[in-house]
Amino acid sequence: MFSLISNILKNAFSRPATRPYPFQRRQRPEGTRGHLDIEIDKCIFCGICAKKCPSNAIEVSRDPKSWTFNRYACIVCAYCVEACPKKCLSMKSDHEGQIQPQEETAGTR
Amino acid sequence: MSTQAMSNRRSVIPFGPQHPVLPEPLQLRLVMEDEKVVEALPAIGYVHRGLEKLAEQKDFQQVAFLAERICGICSFQHAMAYSMGVESLMNITVPDRANYLRVIWTELHRLHSHLLWFGLLADSFGFENLFMQAWRCREAVLDIMEATSGGRIMLGTCCVGGVRKDISAEGLDQVLRVCDQLHNDFDKVVTQVMNDYSVKQRTVGIGTVTRQQAHELGAVGPVAKACGLERDHRVTGYAAYGQLDFKPITEQAGDCYARTQVRVRELYQSLDLIRQAIAKIPAGDIMAPVKGNPTGEIVTRVEQPRGEVIYYIKGNGTKNLERLRVRTPTFANVPILLAMLPGYQLADVGVITLSIDPCISCTER
Repeated sequence: MFSLISNILKNAFSRPATRPYPFQRRQRPEGTRGHLDIEIDKCIFCGICAKKCPSNAIEVSRDPKSWTFNRYACIVCAYCVEACPKKCLSMKSDHEGQIQPQEETAGTR
Repeated sequence: MSTQAMSNRRSVIPFGPQHPVLPEPLQLRLVMEDEKVVEALPAIGYVHRGLEKLAEQKDFQQVAFLAERICGICSFQHAMAYSMGVESLMNITVPDRANYLRVIWTELHRLHSHLLWFGLLADSFGFENLFMQAWRCREAVLDIMEATSGGRIMLGTCCVGGVRKDISAEGLDQVLRVCDQLHNDFDKVVTQVMNDYSVKQRTVGIGTVTRQQAHELGAVGPVAKACGLERDHRVTGYAAYGQLDFKPITEQAGDCYARTQVRVRELYQSLDLIRQAIAKIPAGDIMAPVKGNPTGEIVTRVEQPRGEVIYYIKGNGTKNLERLRVRTPTFANVPILLAMLPGYQLADVGVITLSIDPCISCTER
């Protein structure tokens, strides 16, 4: 009986176990693989990222110079980031908002 | 019709593939006599994804990521089993630090897998509060995995030659702090619950198998350990397990309660192994250079949370593998599941099925 009352009091006055989302958002740790980003100005369109990608999510063409990336196929492994010779690919720790299936991130120069 | 004739009539009840207690699609056709199970016939094939065929089309480095995706719970161990196989084919010596990091991540995976299973077992007998508490503990493990590797479940850190990411000294301290916190949580939540009347009512003496049956039907992992069989592949000392001090955990009863006890004691063992690995981890490289392509064939085995996984890898000197074959622990535990069910009530089928910790999507690949 005593432990029951102490439990009730503890639960009544303790903070909730959950986070009041969306007012308070979770801080993602440094280095979380959230989504892939490219600085298209640095890209030399060598196509190494497309070759390394385990899920064939990246398509690169040299002529015309274009870099296309299908977010729905990406498995966020960051293998392309390690392979990029110009270090123009990077992993951002946050997740992207809603995207449409047919939408692709593309870059041309 | 007389009561006698009614009771002798058998009926078949399909249990699954969609059932509230089943996390994954396994169908058991239960031959019932009244409320009692007489026979169980399994049917799998609902989540076949053709990953073994896909592995033949990817280059051997990419297959590490593919192997990781065979299972959504013990993913790191799949990548590790695959990488260990290719490393032995190519005579690559993995740096010591990488081996220790592999042990740390493997044991973190074991923790989160057992806690997930513990919650699901509680859910299967209607103990929703315990389900939430177990998953609350698991959240701390997922957070530390995210902080150390970048992914909550798909760590993506294990690859052929070593690991892709190092854990800093602060990161290791953080892991130790989480281990202490988990130790407290387990004392409060998990261990207390093992003495609970309702939990014992639903698990003690249910789904009992003998040591002989477990041996003959080839049980692996906690199912075999709960019957007193010391089957733990970690004792062979792969990765850094050779340098760590531990003994396989066994129980004698062979029922659902014993299987739960084995996993609960393994939670503490995993914490202990992580602490030992962090205390002994050497400095140095985390990746050995990988040159050439794998040639020849090899079988590797790794102890997963559910038991022993077997990888058969055949390379032909090109960057693509000729064949990859995976035997997952759940596949080995299905025959013993069928031996557990007869004689028990329909209401116990969910608990018994979950007590082998079925992972159907990795069984079907």
